[in-house]
Amino acid sequence: MARTSQFCTFYLDKLLFGVELKGVREVIRSLDMTKVPLAPAVVCGLINLRGQIVTAVDLRRRLELEPRPAGMLARNVVVRSEDGAVSLLVDEIGDVVEVEESSFEPPPETLRGSVRTMILGVHKLNDRLLHVLDIEKACQMTEVAETVAPGR
Amino acid sequence: MSDTDSDIVKDFLVESYENLDRLDRDLVGLEKNPTDRDALAGVFRTIHTIKGTCGFLGFNKLEKVAHVGENLLTRLRDGQLTLNPELTTALLGMVDAVRQMLGSIDVSGGEGERDDTKLIATLTRLQQSSEAPELPSSIGDILMQRAGVTQAEILLAVEKQKEGDPRRMGEILVEQGVVRPADVVDALRIQQSSRTAAAASDSTIRVDVALLDRVMNLVGELVLARNQVLQFASRTKDTAFLAASQRLNLITTELREGVMKTRMQPIGNIWGQFPRTVRDVALGCGKEVAIEMEGKETELDKTIIEAIKDPLTHLVRNSVDHGIELPAERVKAGKDRIGRLILRAFHEGGQVNIEISDDGAGLNVELIRKKAVERALITTEQAARLTEREIFNLIFVPGFSTAEKVTNVSGRGVGMDVVKTNVEKIGGTVDVHSTLGRGTTVRVKIPLTLAIIPALVVTCGGDRYAIPQVSLLELVRLKAAEVAKGIELVHGAPVYRLRGRLLPLVYLTQELKLAADARPESDGAVYIVVLRADERQFGLVVDEINDTEEIVVKPLRKQLKTVKTFAGSSIMGDGKVALILDVLGLAQRAGVVTETRNRALTEKATESPTTVGEKQTFLLFAGPGDCRMAVPLSTLARLEEFPVAQVEMSGSQWVTQYRGQILPLIRLDVVLQEQEREKDRRNKLRLMEVPPLPDSGPIQVLVLNHDGRSFGLVVERILDIVEDCADVKSAATRASVLYSVVIGDRVTELLDIPAILRSADLKAAHPARAKKSTEAAN
Repeated sequence: MARTSQFCTFYLDKLLFGVELKGVREVIRSLDMTKVPLAPAVVCGLINLRGQIVTAVDLRRRLELEPRPAGMLARNVVVRSEDGAVSLLVDEIGDVVEVEESSFEPPPETLRGSVRTMILGVHKLNDRLLHVLDIEKACQMTEVAETVAPGR
Repeated sequence: MSDTDSDIVKDFLVESYENLDRLDRDLVGLEKNPTDRDALAGVFRTIHTIKGTCGFLGFNKLEKVAHVGENLLTRLRDGQLTLNPELTTALLGMVDAVRQMLGSIDVSGGEGERDDTKLIATLTRLQQSSEAPELPSSIGDILMQRAGVTQAEILLAVEKQKEGDPRRMGEILVEQGVVRPADVVDALRIQQSSRTAAAASDSTIRVDVALLDRVMNLVGELVLARNQVLQFASRTKDTAFLAASQRLNLITTELREGVMKTRMQPIGNIWGQFPRTVRDVALGCGKEVAIEMEGKETELDKTIIEAIKDPLTHLVRNSVDHGIELPAERVKAGKDRIGRLILRAFHEGGQVNIEISDDGAGLNVELIRKKAVERALITTEQAARLTEREIFNLIFVPGFSTAEKVTNVSGRGVGMDVVKTNVEKIGGTVDVHSTLGRGTTVRVKIPLTLAIIPALVVTCGGDRYAIPQVSLLELVRLKAAEVAKGIELVHGAPVYRLRGRLLPLVYLTQELKLAADARPESDGAVYIVVLRADERQFGLVVDEINDTEEIVVKPLRKQLKTVKTFAGSSIMGDGKVALILDVLGLAQRAGVVTETRNRALTEKATESPTTVGEKQTFLLFAGPGDCRMAVPLSTLARLEEFPVAQVEMSGSQWVTQYRGQILPLIRLDVVLQEQEREKDRRNKLRLMEVPPLPDSGPIQVLVLNHDGRSFGLVVERILDIVEDCADVKSAATRASVLYSVVIGDRVTELLDIPAILRSADLKAAHPARAKKSTEAAN
């Protein structure tokens, strides 16, 4: 039997993404969020996940996709990163899929920019492509927060 | 090596490190007081234990070094040798060698390739003869060794005991005249010390710090859950639920205190190394320094202890290196040749104060002033205006302390700015006082713990923010009608006149780039939170002021570490997250405090004329019979208004529940009245007839802190806060009044707070102390 792996999938701007199931802590509906002024734009805010304060990252912004339409509630995919739990905000949750490793292909050379570092590759499903996300890279803030105004 | 073996080795290492730290301390202590038998016995035991264990574990080199050390110590313990600097140096050398080998065992599992033959030779030479008897434990053995009692005499006494003599060995021997009572007392003390040492190790256990941290985190969660439950409880009328939630509240508070305690360590743990540091530095620069410590048992949270270790070490080194003069100079100046370095630690107002004082040359104000001008840190005019204290604090300015020449002449070392930065990082402050020729004192104030802090919660742009109480000075509310007049502009920069001084205003909405319109049902009033950052005051304008709360600090994740305006986050009672403002970061962002702190100094220089005139700030209020009275604002903690219904009786004391404590209330009218009466009939019984409180309406209370305890002073009416020189004085006309002064052109009586406390006879008024003693009893 071919080696398989399981992915938790979700949608972002109609694209299908997946993170390895073992890196996912839980999937929850939208929660009350506290804005963090002056933070990098991809940080949506902080949520209280049963007493643990978790940073929420807007994956649409992180992956340089169109902003989420107003009124669309985001879902939280809470993943384990090196720096503790991080919540990834996505449009909609998909199924858990099991894929064979043979269906995997690295991203094409034509995919450029910072997005390329976050997308490990794609699994060719029957009807569509599953983008495999690198959790660590997606949670890393490459963008520097607005620098503090130097003193007069 | 098997797992069990490596566990044993690990335990051995942990224990030995601890013991070695104590050795450093004990040895240096012994040098000063070479006859301290307890300390000698302690040193001996430590080395003996290390030797025994490493023999068992097969660390032969280590054993050899420890063995010669032990032999030398035996002779010291038996009084055949007296400790001198040479011996101390050799023994400290041995401690270092042992430490190095332990380090190598820790890293690689082996003892390393040290060559200790020289050290061993030195130790052997110093000791000459060898072979140690075991530490005696029976009183007879001790007496035989120390008081010259013969074995025959002991046996005789034992025989007597067997025959039914109920007296103890010492008594029998004294009676027979073979030994002096003082020797017996001495011997008993030695015996006692070896026993207590054994008992102490039975009643304590070692706990992994990571486990303690986890427990602390869980308690933090519990505190949050408790807050949530209390919030629910406040909305319900179910008495059973209310009672249960009250109980939960109480237990949580106690549990939190208990767990916090487990993380507390006496400051003596880090001070322990200072005698050694002082000795080494002093030897290195040819000085003689005696170190004294007060308040070693003062406890601090473990994380804070770790954070202040380096700054304190730096300050201690500095005092010896630059503060204390060479022996010859000291003698010339008429001082004792041996310099004194005093470390003092004590609790005060929820903070820990640590003082490092030396009786050295002190700071030279003129030299610092001159150098600061030369370095262009301040202008000549500023220099002339700065007070002495402000001049001293210049040594913390980065550009100042790194200048190599300045430090030599001014008498302070490099890196004071780093000390200041590190202390401020944990929410502390540093201050320096000095008298030329007499010495210097550096005072460090730090919070007790970092995990849970009191904070003021404010709302801005629809979100809540917590402001740590340590940087909070006061709150000002400007009514809508006053806003236009109260807030003025200095070329576009908003300021507010706070008691005659301009307070720069910072709008939180603007600094955080929040949407400005998110303010519900605004009544047009402006709330100003007066904060202090780095000795500078500024007013933070917020939408709403909520309440003070104890919050559990959670650090921000890496993704947000770059945002300097926030110190952390916390979960509020309703389960939502709130950010904790970093007051210093915010001030820097707003330009109130600049990186180099120059601006702060300039501002202070312009402010200083007002302080030079010795103006004091007073709170004016109407006392009984509408007389004008005042207290210095510095004694005041808070102004409160309580409904009469909240006042309760506890014994014969009026009290009210206030911030989770019982606040004793003193009624000024009663105190003054009783004193009048007492004048008339001093020898008769004091009657307890007191005028009743008004039936309804709020009472005005000044919450005062005196001598570490709080109490509320009930007054008629609060009038104003004024600043005045108050230099026209006349003697008081009644007790409880210090003197009459002219404040704001009117005669005002200045209250004598200690006298009021005495006459009110506050027996039940030690909430803080009473609590402490019960904790101690547990």
